[in-house]
Amino acid sequence: MSGGYSGSQPLLQVSDLHVQIASRRGIVRAVDGVSLEVPAGEAVGLVGESGSGKSMTLRAILGVLPSEARVTAGQVLLDGADLTQLGGSQLNKIRGPEIAMIFQEPMSALNPVMRVGSQIAEGPQVHLGMNRRQAAERALELMRRVGIPDPERRYRSFPHEFSGGMRQRVMIAIALSCDPSLILCDEPTTALDVTIQDQILRLLTRLCRESGTSLVFVTHDLPVVAQVCDQLAVMYAGRIVERGSVEEVLTQPCHPYTLGLVRSAPDVDHPRSSLVAIPGAPPSLISPPAGCRFHPRCKFAEEDCTVTEPALRLIDAGHSTACLHFERCLDELRTEGADR
Amino acid sequence: MSAISLSAGAGSGDTSPQAATAEQAQPRRHHWYRHPALVAGLVIIGLILLAVIAAPLLTSWNPDAQNLNATLSGFSAHHWLGTDQEGRDTFARLLYGGRIDLQIAFIAVLFPFVLGTILGSVAGYFGGWIDIIIMRLVDIVVAFPFFVLIIALVFVLGPGERSIYIAITLVGWVSYARIIRGEILVAKRQEYVLAAQSGGLSNLRIMGRHLLPNVITQAIIYAMSDIVQDILAIVTLSYLGLGIQPPAADWGTMISDGQNFLTTHWQLTTIPGLAVVVTGLGLSLIGDGLADLLRPGQ
Repeated sequence: MSGGYSGSQPLLQVSDLHVQIASRRGIVRAVDGVSLEVPAGEAVGLVGESGSGKSMTLRAILGVLPSEARVTAGQVLLDGADLTQLGGSQLNKIRGPEIAMIFQEPMSALNPVMRVGSQIAEGPQVHLGMNRRQAAERALELMRRVGIPDPERRYRSFPHEFSGGMRQRVMIAIALSCDPSLILCDEPTTALDVTIQDQILRLLTRLCRESGTSLVFVTHDLPVVAQVCDQLAVMYAGRIVERGSVEEVLTQPCHPYTLGLVRSAPDVDHPRSSLVAIPGAPPSLISPPAGCRFHPRCKFAEEDCTVTEPALRLIDAGHSTACLHFERCLDELRTEGADR
Repeated sequence: MSAISLSAGAGSGDTSPQAATAEQAQPRRHHWYRHPALVAGLVIIGLILLAVIAAPLLTSWNPDAQNLNATLSGFSAHHWLGTDQEGRDTFARLLYGGRIDLQIAFIAVLFPFVLGTILGSVAGYFGGWIDIIIMRLVDIVVAFPFFVLIIALVFVLGPGERSIYIAITLVGWVSYARIIRGEILVAKRQEYVLAAQSGGLSNLRIMGRHLLPNVITQAIIYAMSDIVQDILAIVTLSYLGLGIQPPAADWGTMISDGQNFLTTHWQLTTIPGLAVVVTGLGLSLIGDGLADLLRPGQ
């Protein structure tokens, strides 16, 4: 639907994005130099703790930041056009038909006093120039596609009459309603229980593969990333600390933070006696630590980590890390593997 | 890949129990007739409206026709509520007077409702300097007592119906603006607004189709008590000779005319006074009942 881009060029290219939030205690550098590429038709995971800037990155891409926050530097290129330079009405032509967003809480993200069908039909009416009847037909078809039973009757229901999983299906239907080339997902399954979570993830990946839609998938749930995504970027304190294919990053983590995340997630195949938590708390983004932002919590930290701000560097084909001593992670994994 | 093809089956298979639970929630609807205040208010106002609208059927007297041979007569089968100092039938004047008062009140409440809702939404949604300007305007109007400002405005604009509408609009919008602004400030932080913005909807559409339906109930509830205030304002203005101009009948003029005969013919002031009180009571009851009925989260 977007057309015009060559195969090698990514659909979405975020480069050196900075987002600052003005707060009473100072300027919070919520996103500090994030670069990200989303190839057409692929799913990119964005993983990190709460407050690491994942959601802010998504909202900056779509230009729907809270009023206190703004993009201070960087570009968001969609098909070569910089979204950060566009005005409100131009952005409104991108939001929906080009980039859609799915939110964490399907209850609060649906308007409580609007019928579900009208909420799905609204996008096609506004963006695709459909009349009321055509839009309603499209909404019914979308409801069928996302597996809402008896769509003719459910069309006139209100969101509170739906269960959590059904509401998230409605959200997916809204996101798909204008055939976007990219869907941003902000922890879409965090509010759901695990069985429903799995259904929703399968539905989402299937529909995106069918229509060739790219995904940016924000979550803190590593198994979910492994299920959904092709590429993975790990965020810590407003920066990307490691990037690569999902398989490589999860099996060969080359940043102590990623290593910590992988170890703090339960693994059914190789149960450890206990989960390993990452010591300490995420740093303040008003005055982040000098050097590597992870060094106060890192057991591999050296003198140079407190001074040098490590840049993301390529260590393998398509795998890059922002750790000065990433070999130690691999060493640690190797010795652990030998112990087992 | 096999997992993906399975998902279609899994997706539709699980759905029936969820649909069933949603089904059970449906009968828990609010019923307006379960709220005694609302029912009482609706009955009172319904009866008054019926009487006022059907005035020509209830009385054959012309409310403005003078009969100087039958002045200040008491209750009788001929003149149910007696006559006033110019021999006009009190019952007819009560009905036709109510007609004018209620009609003006119901129309007058609409203008401030619309103006206040629009300005309040704009102030709350956009914030910044728009909000500051609108809310300082509100502060200026609120600084004066309601009745004093209305009376002063009508005095300046000259007596009559049009002046009443203008004065009530200029003074009344501030309450609606405050209510709606406050509600919008809360509502615009909701995720569904962010979702609507992410869906590329215009600000106007988000305000009109997404935010207003969520906040308008508060303004509607307030409008019920505002009508009471408007009726009082209209009656007060007429009492002071600034409102509905004689010979047309209205409750305020009747009270004011009758007070000269308060010691001998108490009914001339008391009956229209009671009419004002009962109407106010009925509308207040509707307002309270509506607030109960529409209060979210019940």
